[in-house]
This record gives sequence, structure tokens and C-alpha cells, in this order.
Amino acid sequence: MNFEFSDEQNLLREQAAGFLADKCPPGAARAVLEGDASFDAQLFKGIADMGWTAATIPEKHGGLGLSYLELCVIAEELGRVVAPVPFSSSVYLATEALLLAGTDAQRRAWLPKLAAGAAIGTFALTESAGQPSPDRLATSCDNGSLTGTKLPVADGDIADFAVVVAKCDSGDGASLCLAPLDADGVTRTAVATLDPTRSHARIDFDHAAAEPLGAEGEGWELTRRILDRAAVLFAWEQVGGANAALEQAKEYAMGRYAFGRPIAGFQAIKHKLANMFVKNTLARSNCYYGAWALSTDASELPLAAATARVSAIQAYYFASKENIQTHGGMGFTWEFDCQFHYRRAKLLSVNIGSERTWQDRLISAVEAGQAT
Amino acid sequence: MDFGDTPEEASFRQEARAWLSANVPSKEELEGLDEVQRAKLWQMRKYEAGWACIRWPREYGGRGASAMEQVIWNQEESSFRTPASVFAIGQGMAAPTMMAWATEEQKRRYLPPLASGEHVWCQLFSEPAGGSDLAALRTRAEKDGDEWVVNGQKIWTSGAHFSDYAILVVRTDPEVPKHKGLTYFFVDMKSPGIETKPIRQISGESNFNEVYFTDVRIPDDHRLGAVGQGWQVAITTLMNERLAIGGGGGLGFRQVFELAQRLSIDGRPAIKDRSVRARLADWYAQESGLRFQGYRAMSALSRGEIPGPENSIGKYVGASKTQDMASFAIDLLEMSGVVSDPELSSHSGIFQYAFMGAPGLRIAGGTDEIMLNILAERVLGMPQDVRVDKGIPFSQVPTGAS
Ligand SMILES: Cc1cc2nc3c(=O)[nH]c(=O)nc-3n(C[C@H](O)[C@H](O)[C@H](O)COP(=O)(O)OP(=O)(O)OC[C@H]3O[C@@H](n4cnc5c(N)ncnc54)[C@H](O)[C@@H]3O)c2cc1C
Repeated sequence: MNFEFSDEQNLLREQAAGFLADKCPPGAARAVLEGDASFDAQLFKGIADMGWTAATIPEKHGGLGLSYLELCVIAEELGRVVAPVPFSSSVYLATEALLLAGTDAQRRAWLPKLAAGAAIGTFALTESAGQPSPDRLATSCDNGSLTGTKLPVADGDIADFAVVVAKCDSGDGASLCLAPLDADGVTRTAVATLDPTRSHARIDFDHAAAEPLGAEGEGWELTRRILDRAAVLFAWEQVGGANAALEQAKEYAMGRYAFGRPIAGFQAIKHKLANMFVKNTLARSNCYYGAWALSTDASELPLAAATARVSAIQAYYFASKENIQTHGGMGFTWEFDCQFHYRRAKLLSVNIGSERTWQDRLISAVEAGQAT
Repeated sequence: MDFGDTPEEASFRQEARAWLSANVPSKEELEGLDEVQRAKLWQMRKYEAGWACIRWPREYGGRGASAMEQVIWNQEESSFRTPASVFAIGQGMAAPTMMAWATEEQKRRYLPPLASGEHVWCQLFSEPAGGSDLAALRTRAEKDGDEWVVNGQKIWTSGAHFSDYAILVVRTDPEVPKHKGLTYFFVDMKSPGIETKPIRQISGESNFNEVYFTDVRIPDDHRLGAVGQGWQVAITTLMNERLAIGGGGGLGFRQVFELAQRLSIDGRPAIKDRSVRARLADWYAQESGLRFQGYRAMSALSRGEIPGPENSIGKYVGASKTQDMASFAIDLLEMSGVVSDPELSSHSGIFQYAFMGAPGLRIAGGTDEIMLNILAERVLGMPQDVRVDKGIPFSQVPTGAS
């Protein structure tokens, strides 16, 4: 047993942190928040040049064939800087869907482009308010013709293709299909969200061309598997963000004086930050286990993923809101950067299923006997 | 990173499990024995087979095992029902302090009987005037030839009534600032002049005591560290305390989960209730986070690092988790949750027992508030609280009405 990242992985972390400090300073997220661009294209190109989009794609499809541990390291660093790029949609979701369920032809068509960052993929599940389930899906895909509305779809306005969850009368009630988003019958409209540093869209499919991804009637089970895998990676992003929020709060508290001393000396502030540290540390420890389960495709992945996800959601939300509180009025201003974590934390706490959904999945996994 | 066993680890696990299956005492064997006798029986059995304090060097009664082997052993032992230990203070706190500060001869003499369970040790730190503010303790020691003469009172001393030895911090110089006038000893609990009186807890039990010192003579060679260096030695103990005690209190996720499977809410198993699932999921996530945090701490130990202040997390999170889970389990039981009689209550009263013990977990070994102070100051590097006693001779520090 060995519960630490390897020296090479730690080196990768240093490289990633250095690269992002340079290419993704706080101003990068702000530029996307305040500007017209949907994402930081320059940064995304840099990320692709670093090979991060290719990390887990097999070499024969133009990837680097690294382990998921490396991807977890990258995810944590991206989370830390609140990177305004479509990395998660493309890498954690679309790439994973192709790796899990794609035919050889589909992989050959898309993986090399995804690896090079030349194409962006996304995953389209949600259609309406509330928890998605097969019986609530209205989107249908019959004989290669996709009809329905997905809202909101992360990076839906900029992606080249989407893996769409459609209803199905047989099997588990859903099928996946792969839909190019430049096809006829696809209309995309950007939507305003809580976190404009990550763009989202409404996508209307009107008899648009699509091909099945994976077997018919197995789409819901595939979705679960894709989300289990993505949950670990998102959890690492959340832990990265949560630690950055803690650091931001600490830095401010050390420099801000009230009643003749730094506010960092007041116990109410000290205990607040200590509690952030506690939550972040527990979440990070759970993420280690998730990373291992993901990288080895362990049978307890659903439990490990849900555990990492639940604690990471809680840690990031807590750190992001208490970071604002620690900043006082300044934290509530548009000019200050506290808002980035607050926005991103909330996005990441619902994007692939809410805290409640994952608490439920965690207990289901325990019921299924996965706990040791 | 690899949470799986290497072949050597797998065979070590196999060996440990096989030994445990063959040797964990049966119910019949333990019948008629009290808590201390049970603990001693189990400890001696482990010791004789080389399974006691396995990370300690062999010459001190251990097995010279690695940190990972310790993790594996803990995992395996905890999957069996074994007698509760009464050695946490001796093995987890006194021993590491002895290893760091005692002479070689003392280590060879005092550590093996600690490993075998022959000797139980207790911790004579807290006093009426020195709990969270431990360095404010007042028990006096004065030098007399090759001996020290100790007078004063300790309080909250767990297990003093069945202990053979103790670790002790006393004041040797009241005329210097409080942290500078302390000295650390170990002491034979049978020394003349030591008197132990039980204190009754809210649970009705008496696990801790008042310990009075009247002209107790301690040989100078029982001193650990220099005269006036007691605080520094105490820090070694306290760092290990945080690792040693955790916050489990005998109640875990699994027991509450199984209770929720058995009981019903609105005619369905309680475990199917969404709000129940949400609470349980949070505790599972905390418990597993603490478990993996513990493994990572062991990894750090195996690289030669000393346990750092971040280990305060375990005891801080664990204590409240135990309290909240016990309270929640009692709620699930509804009105019958108040029945604490082990014969009548479901699960032999473990939830009620844990509920009444949990407040103590949040206080013992450093209160929740002190743990948060430590994390903020020592891990995050935030400023210390403003102190009015800084730099003042201890004898002039203001105290409450006494
Ligand atoms: C079950 C149990 C077993 C114990 N066993 C032992 C033992 O074997 N040996 C031993 O030596 N001691 C033992 N103790 C004593 C224990 O270490 C002390 O009770 C503990 O350190 C708190 O000290 P106190 O009781 O004097 O409370 P106080 O220090 O008076 O604290 C009262 C309250 O004030 C708060 N407070 C105090 N200082 C601060 C501060 N700086 N910032 C914020 N809040 C503060 C505390 O958090 C607490 O809420 C045991 C205690 C318990 C409950």
C-alpha cells in the first residue's frame, strides 16, 4: 500500500501549477466573466499543447495513455485557479463516454481531435428542473434522428459534439447518442448561469443527425458509470478550489486590521478557517481513495466516487461562502475575486448531480456491500 | 498511490488474520473478568505471539514492523470483536515520550511491560487550574538531594485507579513565565503519598479521578528532559495523544446504518428515507476521510516525519460525529430510544451509552475549541490569541477566585 502521489506526479503538479500561474492568473476568469468570449481559447490551446486533454486517451488514438492519477493532479490544479475552459466537459465527460462505450470508428473519429484539443465534446443530460431520471426524459433518438431540448448543457455553445442521453422504450429507459453540433436541425443558444466563467447553452435538436453510442436501452447505466468516473475528477477540482478559497481567506485575514490587530487573530475567524481546513482535508483524503479506485477501475468505484463527491461538494461550498464572509464588505464586491469560488462551487455542486443525489448513491453503494 | 496490498503486505495480512481468527478471546474466556482483566488478557496474548505494539523495536517489546504493517494490523484487528484497550495512554502517549526522552536503560526496562499489558500507565497532566491552559498547572516539585518532593492535586486522570505508572508534569519554578517553570517525570503510582479518588461522570461511571500528592518522593532519574524543559517534553506527549485517542468512542457508521436498516419510518425501512440517507452519507464520508487521513499520516511516519498538529482533525471530527450519530440513532428509535437498560434496549444500549459518553470526547485530550486553535495557529500559521500572561512570572499571573 502507498497513499501518496509518486514523485513524477508531484513533479507534474509543480509544472501544472507553474503553467497555470502564468497562463491563468485571476484576471483570466474575470476576462471571461466580463467579456463576450465563452471561454479562454488561448489558455485552452496552451492546456492542449501541454498534453492534458490527451492524458487518458490511449496512444493509438493520439493520446498519452497516462493513468487517471495524473488527470486527478491536473484537475486539482485547474480547480484551484477556477480555469475558464471546457476541459471538464471534453475530458471528464465526452472522452470518458467514448472510452467506455464508443465503437472503434467513433473513437477513431473523435479521440485524436479531443486529445489535440482540436475538438470539444460535452455531455447533455439535463432537460428540466429537478433530478433527471429516465422517465423524465423527453428527448428521443430514433433511427439516427434526434429531437428534443437539453438545458443547460455545459459548453453547449462551443462544443463540436455532444453525448446526448435520450429516452428509450426498452432496457433501462435511456440510450446514449453522439450528435455533431454543427448538423442541420441543431439550434444552440447561450444561457446566463450562476457561473459565467463556464459557458452553458440550451440546445434544441429538431430531427438532427445522431448515431447511437453504446447499446440501446443501456444509456442510464452508462450514464451512471460515466458520472461515477467524472465525479472523482470533479471532486479533485472542488478540492483544489476549496483550498484556494482557504488560502485567499487566510491571506486577507492576515493583512486586514480591526480593533488594532489582524482579523486573523480573532477566534471566530481562526475557527472558521480551521473548519475549512478540516473539511478540505477530509475531502482530499477521500479524493485519494477515489483517484485510486478510478485509476484501477476498482469494484468499489461507485462508493469511492460518491464519498469523494459528497465531501468535496461540502468542502468547496463551505470554503467559498466563508471566504466571502472573511472578506467583509470587500468580499461582496464585483471587483474582488471571492465571487469566482462562490460561483464555481455552486456550479460544481449540482453539475453532475447534487449533494443529495450523491449522498443517496453513497448509501446505495453501502447497501450493495461495497463498504469494507 | 496504491490502496491494494503488495504481495508481502497480502501475506502479512493473511498471517495477521489467521492469528486473530485463532486467538481472539471467546465470550466464555472473558466471562467473569472486569474491563481491565479482559484488556490485560488480550494484550498479553498478543505480546507472547509478537503482535503487541508491532511498530516498536523488538528490544522494547515490539515486532519492528513497518508503518504499513501497522495499518494492516489495525484494519484486521478492528474487524474482530476484541476487548477494549486500557493501554491507549501508556502505549500511545507515555511510550513515544519515553522513546524520545528516556535513557536506553529505562526504555529497556519500562517499555516491554507496557507492550505486554503488565503495566498500565496514566497521564497526570490536568489540574483544577490547568486544563486547556495546561501550562498553568500548580502542583509543585522541590528538589531534595537526589529526589523531588511533590505536593498538589491532579484531576480528570483517566484510569489512575488501576494504573501502575504515570507521566507527570509539575511546576519546579514559579518565578519564571509559566511555560518555563515546568518539569516532566514518570512516577510509580504506588509511591507513598499518592491518593486517588474517583470522580463520577454524567454517565454515572467513574473512569477518571482526582489524584492528590502529599510529599511524594520521586527519584531524579525519573525526570524526562532537563529541569524547566517540561513543556517541550509534554508537547511530545500531546502530539501523540492526538494520534492515539481519535474520537471514535465505540460508535461507528456501521452500527447506525444497520439500525436504520432494521427500523422503519412511514412503514418502510428507515434506510430508504431520504433524510436518513443524507445524514448517514455525511458520516460515512467523514469516517472514510478520517480513515484515509490516518493512512496518510502513517505514510508520513514511515518517511520519518513526526506526527504533526494536523492530526488534531481526527479527534475533533470524530468526537462530534459520535455525539451526533448517537443522538440520531436515539431519534430513529423514537420513544424507546430513551431506554438505556442494556437488557431491554435495542443494541444493548450502545447508542445511549455513546450519547452519555460523547460530551467527554469533545473535552478530553484538548477541547474542540483548543483543537481549532491548534489547527489555525500551528497548521495555518494564524496569530496566537492575545495573552495577558505572556512574559510574566507564573506567581504573578491573575487567576479566578480560588
Ligand atoms: C473523559 C475525560 C478524560 C480525561 N482524561 C484525562 C487524563 O487522563 N489525564 C489528564 O491529564 N487530563 C484528562 N482530562 C482532562 C482534559 O484534558 C481537560 O478536561 C481539557 O483539557 C479541558 O480542560 P478543563 O476541563 O480545565 O476546561 P477549561 O480549560 O476550563 O475549558 C472550559 C471551556 O473553555 C474553553 N476554552 C478554554 N481555553 C480556551 C481558549 N484559549 N480558546 C477558546 N476556548 C477556550 C474550552 O474549550 C471549554 O469549552 C480528561 C477529560 C475528560 C473529559
